[in-house]
Amino acid sequence: MADAAVRSHLRFILNGRDVTLTDVAPDQTLLDWLRLSRALKGTKEGCAEGDCGACSVLVGRLTPDGGLVYEGVNACIRFLGSLDGCHVVTVEHLAAKDGHLHPVQQAMVDFHGSQCGFCTPGFVMSLYGLWMQTPNPDDRQIETALQGNLCRCTGYEPILRAARAISSYGGTDKDPLLSERETMIARLKALKDGARVEIGAGKHRLVVPAGLDDFADLLEASPTATIVAGSTDVGLWVTKHMRDISPVIFIAGLDELKSISVKDGAVTIGAGVTYSEAIDTLGQHIPALGPLIARIGGQQVRNMGTIGGNIANGSPIGDTPPALIALGATLTLRKGKARRTIPLQDFFIAYGKQDRQPGEFVEAVHIPIPAQDEHFAVYKVTKRRDEDITATLGALRMTLADDGTVASICIAYGGMAATPKRALAVEAALLGQPWTEATVEAAMEKYPQDFSPLTDMRATADYRALVAKNLLLRFYLETTSNAAPAQVSRYEAA
Amino acid sequence: MNKHMTDLTAETITGGVHSSPRHDSAHKHVAGTAVYIDDITEPAGTLHAGLGLSTVAHGILKSVDLDAVRAAPGVVDVLTCADIPGVNDISPSGMNDDPVLAEGKVQFHGQPIFCVIAETREQARRAARLARIEYEELPADIDIWDLDVKTHRQVFTPLTLKRGDTAGALETAPRRVKGRMRLGGQDHFYLEGQVSLAVPGEDDEVLVHCSTQGPSETQHMIAHALGVPSHAVTVEVRRMGGGFGGKETQANQCAALAAIAAKKLNRAVKVRLDRDEDMVATGKRHDFAIDYDVGFDDEGRILAVDYTFALRAGFSADLSGPVGDRALFHCDNAYFFPHVHAKSAPLYTNTVSNTAFRGFGGPQGMVGAERVIDEVAFAVGKDPLDIRKLNFYDAMGVEGERNVTPYHQKVEDCIIQRIVAELETSADYAGRRKAIAEFNAKSRVVKRGLALTPVKFGISFTKTESNQAGALVHVYTDGSVHMNHGGTEMGQGLHLKVAQVVAEEFQIDLERVKITATTTAKVPNTSPTAASSGADLNGMAAQDAARQIKQRLIAFAAETWQVPRSRDLPAEPGAHRRDGDPVQRSGEEGLYRPRPAFGRRFLQDAEDPLGSLEGARPCLLLLCLWRGLLGSLGRYADRRICGRAHRHPPRYRPFLEQDHRYRPDRGRLHPGHGLADDRGTVVGRQGAAAHPCALDL
Repeated sequence: MADAAVRSHLRFILNGRDVTLTDVAPDQTLLDWLRLSRALKGTKEGCAEGDCGACSVLVGRLTPDGGLVYEGVNACIRFLGSLDGCHVVTVEHLAAKDGHLHPVQQAMVDFHGSQCGFCTPGFVMSLYGLWMQTPNPDDRQIETALQGNLCRCTGYEPILRAARAISSYGGTDKDPLLSERETMIARLKALKDGARVEIGAGKHRLVVPAGLDDFADLLEASPTATIVAGSTDVGLWVTKHMRDISPVIFIAGLDELKSISVKDGAVTIGAGVTYSEAIDTLGQHIPALGPLIARIGGQQVRNMGTIGGNIANGSPIGDTPPALIALGATLTLRKGKARRTIPLQDFFIAYGKQDRQPGEFVEAVHIPIPAQDEHFAVYKVTKRRDEDITATLGALRMTLADDGTVASICIAYGGMAATPKRALAVEAALLGQPWTEATVEAAMEKYPQDFSPLTDMRATADYRALVAKNLLLRFYLETTSNAAPAQVSRYEAA
Repeated sequence: MNKHMTDLTAETITGGVHSSPRHDSAHKHVAGTAVYIDDITEPAGTLHAGLGLSTVAHGILKSVDLDAVRAAPGVVDVLTCADIPGVNDISPSGMNDDPVLAEGKVQFHGQPIFCVIAETREQARRAARLARIEYEELPADIDIWDLDVKTHRQVFTPLTLKRGDTAGALETAPRRVKGRMRLGGQDHFYLEGQVSLAVPGEDDEVLVHCSTQGPSETQHMIAHALGVPSHAVTVEVRRMGGGFGGKETQANQCAALAAIAAKKLNRAVKVRLDRDEDMVATGKRHDFAIDYDVGFDDEGRILAVDYTFALRAGFSADLSGPVGDRALFHCDNAYFFPHVHAKSAPLYTNTVSNTAFRGFGGPQGMVGAERVIDEVAFAVGKDPLDIRKLNFYDAMGVEGERNVTPYHQKVEDCIIQRIVAELETSADYAGRRKAIAEFNAKSRVVKRGLALTPVKFGISFTKTESNQAGALVHVYTDGSVHMNHGGTEMGQGLHLKVAQVVAEEFQIDLERVKITATTTAKVPNTSPTAASSGADLNGMAAQDAARQIKQRLIAFAAETWQVPRSRDLPAEPGAHRRDGDPVQRSGEEGLYRPRPAFGRRFLQDAEDPLGSLEGARPCLLLLCLWRGLLGSLGRYADRRICGRAHRHPPRYRPFLEQDHRYRPDRGRLHPGHGLADDRGTVVGRQGAAAHPCALDL
């Protein structure tokens, strides 16, 4: 792809207007650009780390099948470079030209959904994103859509009331974004010229590859470049750690990395697939993964963040790696045109160190679907139920032999070591033994051989050690009895 | 002019008191057009600040090398304590223990040492990281749990409440339980972080746009730090993006830094903290260690209690003294203690100085009371609700002795028995208790729980002189009204409530009353908007101002149009319309036209609205909450609250709250939720504030 056409400017649509930018820093966030360069100050900065949702905007993008999807994202950790060919919609775009409020806005006014008002534009945008796709949501859908929006005044109840009532203020047929959908698709298609975008030079360079092969070539040529997909982690390197991340290669727009396929008893996920894109397929084939993914970040983070990034990043508290390790997933890495596939658990070598060569990138992950008779569970332990970072996460997969002994067992944890890690001593204590409480209790004593967890702000070492082994007990209780619950979900509780 | 006129033929005005209009800014909130400090269009050449924070909890500053900071791109200046022209202190307690910038030593991890001023905020933040600071580390006191309340240094004079012979009654009590509990802190997490924009003026003047709950105090602190008279400093705030107590005193540091830099450099300067900096450098709710020693009889009737409420004050007094006081004022909650001894201990720690947070120590006091109830219930083997009912203050009408609080105030008009009886029935407490016991007997892992808990909460400032307010009302020649008062808007709808009062007094539609930004140039020397008092105090001040103007207008109209002045004020809303008030009957639409009027008055404590209450004797607000199911992890999983609020006596509240406050069916639960499920703030496991993150909610 050395002959790929190169463009030296970004093009996207902001609300109604075409935007062409020739001077963009690789780490320029959407939020700062909106507020400082465009004086669009309805979008607020609350935390600058993708937690509070005050900066929520919608990003519309063409899907590989030619459709157009609008997703809520956190503008504070979204980089401009990832928006080439997209439609950015801010809160200023909702009210009609004559000042008439949008149904989402009017419902929030009438149901007293705002008090101090600082979080309100973000709530409006999240509710708008929900309402466009689900005009009459149930409470569970509303709460999921609002996981990534914090409000400190209202106690949320007035906002929920407003969310339930939006459609009584007007139908989606009159919504400008939806009614002008075809026009917008045409406008966005016109922006897709297949060119590589390169802005800046040398170290201070922003690149949007023309395609997957172009990306492979670019990375091989610039192995120190930062690869940015969803920027849900890299965003914080900039906003919180003030790290210099350039040169940057933005891969969120690469359709070739967005494939999801189910074949030969495994789900294969391209590295650019977001949590939101993956949740339905994964939840359908591996039911325990649905609720897990629904507790990763808020909706905005799930709309941006990728499973590939969660793996490649190598964090010891990433939520998907322990689950995927327990499932026996494998990883395809690519460098230039060369590919290799390794077991996922071998990818994590040490803290901050993964088996990824210079110029190499994660292309896809292959996740075997457990057999009918296999038990598989994932338990994420956090201080808050939603939108919280893991203290400890345990994933357990087991099959029982006909005689009731453990025929196979695979246990992996996050938050217990410098990497996502197997509990090999515990597994050894269980394998071949009868699946009884006595066996489980004996195996629980083996945890110190596998893990020496740390104390940090999410949990103490003692807490982690205790909860980790109790998760095995929970797994035992859940696999042996349907009668007594071993955990409470918020909907059962209510 | 006519388009501004009230329709005098309408039966009633729109938007008066007892109506429930939408928040005055709601349409702007949802459209993104409500202007917060960071949204104000910056003057050309505005500079931005970044803070350099201490990385040790306690230490001597051996050397502060800022050369690399000064040389960084975009840096215009770097302020240290040497650049403060006035006094390096913003202590709200008058203890002179709150430096704007650290001087000689640092006393907590995250304490500001220097302030970079640069062309952009990003440049300032990047530059701030380039400092080379050497510390001589000193031993640090972090956790109050480990400190001896008898000997450890306290940041403010503690309070002791006593009544009766507690020691003696404890000795002779048939049963006795001692214990100790820990209650975690909380970050306010106002969605809008601390922010100030200072614009220099002529001579010694400076205008500071500041997200503050106490503009007057912010003004005085800026003047103090600048070394100029208060008249040179104007502080203005249209609205805050949340406060919750976190901007009662904690806004002052950013404001002072912005003003100092603006005056020094003669350019506008904005200080806006990043969320992480905000969480480590500004105060939070106090965490408490509560010691209790309770004597009781075999029935579970409490005979005597001895309490010590130790609180993590942090490195300076700030508001820790009054917070400890208020914990004591609530240590009885709704229960009569025949003999009681309770003391506070605001302990010095090498942590950020803790501050006001919704409830201001009250919740911590109540938790102490409820823990004692639970201890007694467990000891005698009864349902805690039975113990609660057994120990309530005497109901109104009962000629008993059990109605005096630990602070020697007589509890009058007590209706807690009735509220609890109603709730017990309507919530089917007994049925639920039985069902839960049956569930728990069968469920090995998940256990459920149930509690019905009263709350007695004192409103108003315990510092007596703070219970006053001022208002400024203009009536323009076209009849439109400009309303200003000393309260600040942080989402509670205060401006709207006060505007409703003004509309009601003038009998004009709400839309004709202009809500304006709080500014120290219009109403001076005000109390912070806090203590559940904003609407009562400022509403009554505005009412008083409006009445004075109205009296003058009525007198003027009666004289000008030669009509008898048969009554001064309409008896009820709309009354003058219905029964033909002489002023209105004159038929002149120019009632308010003849001249602009002006009125102001301070409301000095006194009869209304808070009665003859003294400081340290909060009036009672009885509010009863009932909580549902307990989750399996020791936090409550059910967000339902069924409960009802009885405000009593009603004369203290001359006007109603709107819909969006204190809804009777659902709670403003969120911050309380975070406190009650004991997440706590994460401070100092390594002797330093841990990496901040939003989990501290």
